[in-house]
Amino acid sequence: MSKRKAQYASKLKRATHLLFYKRHTKPGVKGWELRKTLGSDYQKVLKLLDDYLKTLDLQVNTVYEEEKTPEKPTPEQLDRARFFITLRGEITPKESKMVGWRIDDLAGLAITISYIISKKGKATRKEIEELLREKLPGWKVGLNIDRYIRYGYLTEDESDQLYLDWRTRAEVDQKALIDLILSK
Amino acid sequence: MQSKKERERQGREKLQRIIDTCKSVEIRSLDPFLIDVKANIDEVKEYFPEWTIPEDLCLDAETIHHVASVVKLQGEWVKHRSTSLYTDPFLLEEKLTRLSKGEIVETFVKAWHPIIELEQITLQSLAEATTYWLNLLPMDERWKETPPNEVAIGSATREELVQERILRDKAFSEELESFWQELKNSVQEKGENGRIPYWGFVGADTYEETVQKAFMTSFLITYGYATLEIYPLEEQIFIKPHEKQETKTGNKQLVSVPIAVSVEDWTKWKRGEPV
Repeated sequence: MSKRKAQYASKLKRATHLLFYKRHTKPGVKGWELRKTLGSDYQKVLKLLDDYLKTLDLQVNTVYEEEKTPEKPTPEQLDRARFFITLRGEITPKESKMVGWRIDDLAGLAITISYIISKKGKATRKEIEELLREKLPGWKVGLNIDRYIRYGYLTEDESDQLYLDWRTRAEVDQKALIDLILSK
Repeated sequence: MQSKKERERQGREKLQRIIDTCKSVEIRSLDPFLIDVKANIDEVKEYFPEWTIPEDLCLDAETIHHVASVVKLQGEWVKHRSTSLYTDPFLLEEKLTRLSKGEIVETFVKAWHPIIELEQITLQSLAEATTYWLNLLPMDERWKETPPNEVAIGSATREELVQERILRDKAFSEELESFWQELKNSVQEKGENGRIPYWGFVGADTYEETVQKAFMTSFLITYGYATLEIYPLEEQIFIKPHEKQETKTGNKQLVSVPIAVSVEDWTKWKRGEPV
């Protein structure tokens, strides 16, 4: 193995450790952490890792601090971005139980996310509660919304407005979700 | 014919109504096109000549601000409708209500790519933890009570306290009185009509000294040893010492007057430029 190849193989391993193991309260690794550990060519290492993970149905995903993904991110934007490993393909509803979700809670999350998307990215907590109450027991509605907030799918401001948070941007293909619901 | 007061009252009510409507659109994410911007601006224009007091002018400015926010929201609304993510919320709500929980989940998992993360103990982390444990002191040693340091009781002289800057070498009242005298002398020597320009008195050879004098002057004024005469149009400030300390201000309302004593001002004064 050439020296260059060996170097990248070692960086690939380090990137895998960094991205797979939970290091902070929030999952994922910031761009600056990757740059510090892997060097300035960390984007190339991530590309190699992503190619490798393809066969395992996994992918390297990037979430920028900005609400919209920049077309050509600057080094500063990359430094502040968070990198994750996510599932590349789909899981079956049965498999979702393995991820630790009850069908009710997952359906509630799906409804909440799609409703907020349709309302230009924000909706009042009251509106969401009313929507969820149609199919979930009343006592569970508030608890579920708080759980979605705690997990990072939603965020709430002081005027009780709910917005989509970093985890939705990392895990949910928003356009696909809306298209799928409308085609039902 | 409506009286002026009546018209003003009516105008205020109308502006307040415009503000409330704009606010409800901003807060409740309603369709911003529900607001007729042109009609609102016409109303603001109509009442503008009536406003004379600052409160009414502020209300006018606030109305314009809220109408502008609505115009901004209208822009965003149009932009969002033109994106591929736009969906009629009513249509979507309708669809969501019709779908069963199972169908919703089935749909969601097709667009959901959950984050993968692991929590696992490795041999290396176990080894590190063991080393840490071996080096960790027992609780009774770590939380040992340290007896307070005994300090011998002694007495300090006045000179020592002055040196430690706990006491000043002169009592403050004494210092203030001699400073008052200094002001009186300066007025006699350089002043006119029993007063002296502010910078003519506080200005000194060094900036530190100037700040010190400005600081003391503020006490002279607060405690009634002197007063300030301010001419805002001419941008002139004079200090006028009282013959006796005046502790009562009668019916006059007390006001605070901030006067900046910056290095730039001091440099200007040194150069003989007007401050």
